Amino acid sequence: MSWGRKSVISVPYLWLTLFFLVPFVIVFKISFSEMDYAIPPYTDLFTWADEQLTLTLNLGNYAYLFTDDLYIRAYLSSIRIAAIATIICLFVAYPIAYVIARAPSATRNALLMLVILPSWTSFLIRIYAWVGILKNNGLINNFLMWLGIIDQPIAMLNTEFAVYVGIVYAYLPFMVLPLYTNLMKLDNSLLEAASDLGAPPWKVFLTVTLPLSKAGMIAGSMLVFIPSVGEFIIPDMLGGAETLMIGKVLWQEFFNNRDWPVASAVAIVMLLLLLLPITLFHRYQARELEN
Amino acid sequence: MGKKVSSLGKTYLTLGFIFLYLPILILIIFSFNESKLVTVWGGFSTKWYGELLNDKQMLGAAWMSFKIAFLAASSAVVLGTMASIVMVRMGKFKGKAAFASMITAPLVMPEVITGLSLLLLFVAMAQTIGWPAGRGMLTILIAHVTFCTAFVAVVVSSRLREMDVSLEEAARDLGAPPWKVFFLVTLPIIAPALVSGWLLAFTLSLDDLVIASFVSGPGSTTLPMVVYSSVRLGLSPKINALATIIVLLATTGVLTAWWLARRVETQSVNLPTGDS
Repeated sequence: MSWGRKSVISVPYLWLTLFFLVPFVIVFKISFSEMDYAIPPYTDLFTWADEQLTLTLNLGNYAYLFTDDLYIRAYLSSIRIAAIATIICLFVAYPIAYVIARAPSATRNALLMLVILPSWTSFLIRIYAWVGILKNNGLINNFLMWLGIIDQPIAMLNTEFAVYVGIVYAYLPFMVLPLYTNLMKLDNSLLEAASDLGAPPWKVFLTVTLPLSKAGMIAGSMLVFIPSVGEFIIPDMLGGAETLMIGKVLWQEFFNNRDWPVASAVAIVMLLLLLLPITLFHRYQARELEN
Repeated sequence: MGKKVSSLGKTYLTLGFIFLYLPILILIIFSFNESKLVTVWGGFSTKWYGELLNDKQMLGAAWMSFKIAFLAASSAVVLGTMASIVMVRMGKFKGKAAFASMITAPLVMPEVITGLSLLLLFVAMAQTIGWPAGRGMLTILIAHVTFCTAFVAVVVSSRLREMDVSLEEAARDLGAPPWKVFFLVTLPIIAPALVSGWLLAFTLSLDDLVIASFVSGPGSTTLPMVVYSSVRLGLSPKINALATIIVLLATTGVLTAWWLARRVETQSVNLPTGDS
């Protein structure tokens, strides 16, 4: 291997190894230590005393996760909320991607641009916008009460419903993009062949278009599902105290309880749960990257 | 695909855009509200913009975020372009599969995990080798460069794959060394992708709350951190004013970049040699 080739490979390789891969090893290590009132606030796994090297693996953090049902409930409800939000997102995004892919090429780019544009403005601020819309004396309730449809405000903020709205709103472009890319690659002659053979439009869609866009549906769903499981900002701002999500639990464990080892164990279990979806996403993405 | 958009399709698309844009529009409208109540209209006023400009903490944090985003985006473009070359042009090598997963995993990794793991790395490094001595701008920068690199790599590698390889081959056949082929042939062709990659990285860095909260230290508060702590105390028209400015800047930036990229594309089609 030439010197130039080696250095082009090694610079990003070393950077990502040091700052992406190694950190997980450290999280894994610290998940086996104990909380300590020191700097840093955890005990060492290896101790050296009386010419003996001792390795202390504390499984207590993991045992704790499985005995206090807060954590199990948080994992389960995160997965449930993320899965439902992903499905809603898919149903909302598919027609958008489909219509844009069928639009005349001159307007196609502009329409796609309009879908992506909101994600270029602050995520935090877009979620904040929904607080003012959903709260008890917010815009929706004020409007409905003004119309006389309701006389008591409907509680929407600080519910699971608000979290769904937030996830669908914030992650919609991530679902539309891979679907659109996939639908654009679709071979037109297949659709024509199906309709020439007498298939009505809905049948062409169900038997040709839909199965051929599977890759885009998987990629988009993973792009929404995986980050949603560990989402912090949306459940924190819209979900209230009632909505239990693991990203928020990890945050509180770290910032409020200052228990780094338990936070690490929470992260490791979350990572294990997400391993399969991440692999799925990676397989799709690797095919896209190399092609 | 076909070139027919039914009226049903148009209606659906319009509804989709209303859903995407109405909340932002409402934010902008209420930034001009006289009343402190964010959801009740009390007359037109620009006083919140004045208050925003006098908020020293907010301005300081905005400047800090801007510096970090600028440096992070610029470094991520270099690293991300190198990573794309490795993925698209270098063929197979030992450890390529691992490299590929280190590029795709950051795209979906929940931010709380990335933030926590980087913090623990920085703490462990400070303990063993004494660097980085404290947490602050540098640690946020390293964290941002890392996840932005992955996003730049996606944008740039898709452009690299689409470009005409025969131009590179021709230059190589004429005896140009690899670095010269890259800087004189490849780089000008993928330049629009570098611009969009840079803009994407810049926005992602500017926007990050979760990872920065983990790896920041005293004296390195970024804009999203200030916004978050202010929003926790309740809605504030000042945040609406800030949102309006961000939306305005982002829209201008993205539309300009988009327009430039389109102009470059149409020009290269018009050039007699560009369309080979």
